[in-house]
Amino acid sequence: MVGIVSYGTYIPKYRIRVEEIARIWGENAETIKNGLGILQKSVPDFDEDTATIAVEAGREAVKRAGIDPKEIGAVYVGSESHPYAVKPTATIVGEALGIGNEYFAADLEFACKAGTAGIQICMGLVKAGMIKYGLAIGADTSQSRPGDALEYSAAAGGAAVVIGKDGVIAEIEGTYSFTSDTPDFWRREGQPYPSHGGRFTGIPAYFRHITSAAKGLMEELGLKPSDFSYAVFHQPNGKFPVRVAKMLGFSTEQIKQGLLVSHIGNTYSGSSMLGLCAVLDEAKPGERILLISFGSGAGSDAFSLIVTDEIEDFERTPKVWDKVMSGEFIDYGLYVKLRRKIKFG
Amino acid sequence: MLPRFWRKIKYRYNLVGTYCENCGTYYYPPRNLCPKCRRKSRIKEVQLSGKGKVISYSIVHDAPENFKMMKPYVVALIQLDEGPVITSQLVCKPEEVKIGMRVKAIFRKYGEEGESGIIYYGTKFVPDEKIS
Repeated sequence: MVGIVSYGTYIPKYRIRVEEIARIWGENAETIKNGLGILQKSVPDFDEDTATIAVEAGREAVKRAGIDPKEIGAVYVGSESHPYAVKPTATIVGEALGIGNEYFAADLEFACKAGTAGIQICMGLVKAGMIKYGLAIGADTSQSRPGDALEYSAAAGGAAVVIGKDGVIAEIEGTYSFTSDTPDFWRREGQPYPSHGGRFTGIPAYFRHITSAAKGLMEELGLKPSDFSYAVFHQPNGKFPVRVAKMLGFSTEQIKQGLLVSHIGNTYSGSSMLGLCAVLDEAKPGERILLISFGSGAGSDAFSLIVTDEIEDFERTPKVWDKVMSGEFIDYGLYVKLRRKIKFG
Repeated sequence: MLPRFWRKIKYRYNLVGTYCENCGTYYYPPRNLCPKCRRKSRIKEVQLSGKGKVISYSIVHDAPENFKMMKPYVVALIQLDEGPVITSQLVCKPEEVKIGMRVKAIFRKYGEEGESGIIYYGTKFVPDEKIS
């Protein structure tokens, strides 16, 4: 039985409200809040980046797993904001977690789904018997051009999961991916901020890939929406996941626990994985969870998980929602300083 | 600079110190020899808990280049629960720091060598809210 053995999360403590960003750009905050379904987003501190977020999430996961870090045979860090263009984040994480030197490692990039791609790689390695445990991390400090609509949502955070066969708290009963060449969102080499296709990011990108992956997985496993206690969809804003849930026949009740975007924004590679962790915080043995990520460019990874009895004895505090709801609000001036958007010439 | 930092990565990313099995004293930064036991010292490397308390602090208003964007910031003398006292940046507001407050280690950026240089990471401290 391959599945999630442990999980850990990290969300930077600063928050900025939609009102504060809208005030600077002369936009109507209420219209934006209604349009995006976002109230505020998380902001990393000046000395935080994807590597520090990945390490903190990874440390929590390894600590809760109660395993010797040297038993971890693979580290994959998915992000679209790796601190270096060339030089892996995974080695920084491996060193900080005390994993030793004998482990498979690489950085992954697939917009917002690189973290779940890491889960699939670890699953394969565990299933093949090549490693005992694998660590898959999705973490980002996502960029947005000042004044762009993305600025209201591009946030920071990360989640780490340990994949293995022993002490599984949530078995992965199946995974399925739907991938196509769809240029809905991108960032060219050397460019500081990403570009996107505006409305094109909706139907041909997010909705097509998520619905196709969900249907593909459910068909393969012979499941229907009512078989799941919880569903988590990638959360670029507060509207898309709610709409895609409705399109697929999931209720608000099923998605509520894992929907964090209104209070922390879109944490990109961390987004759907943080949602899953929030669900695992509350899930009971026997419950089934659907997880579907989406990465622009484009693809979706779908997973069906069944929570096991092991979760009863698993340390689940501090909870994800407590981290989401805590925090300290900052103004736009401090935000642009922390995000290094000031040019000193 | 590069090899100098690389050699210290293990001790900066994690609080890996040393312990003298002869007298039971912990050291950070690590020592090759116990200054108390000298030739009798029996030194081994240990992972320290990363938990401790503030025994003194200073607020830095005139910061070196890599820290200018964070000023004013707190530099504290932190006594780890195992005993060693270390100097570290404490990530909190100057008005939050108190002598005796509980703190815990966190992984943060130390700085970087310009826009094209290497990025340095290591241990800093944050208030440990659960027990302080």
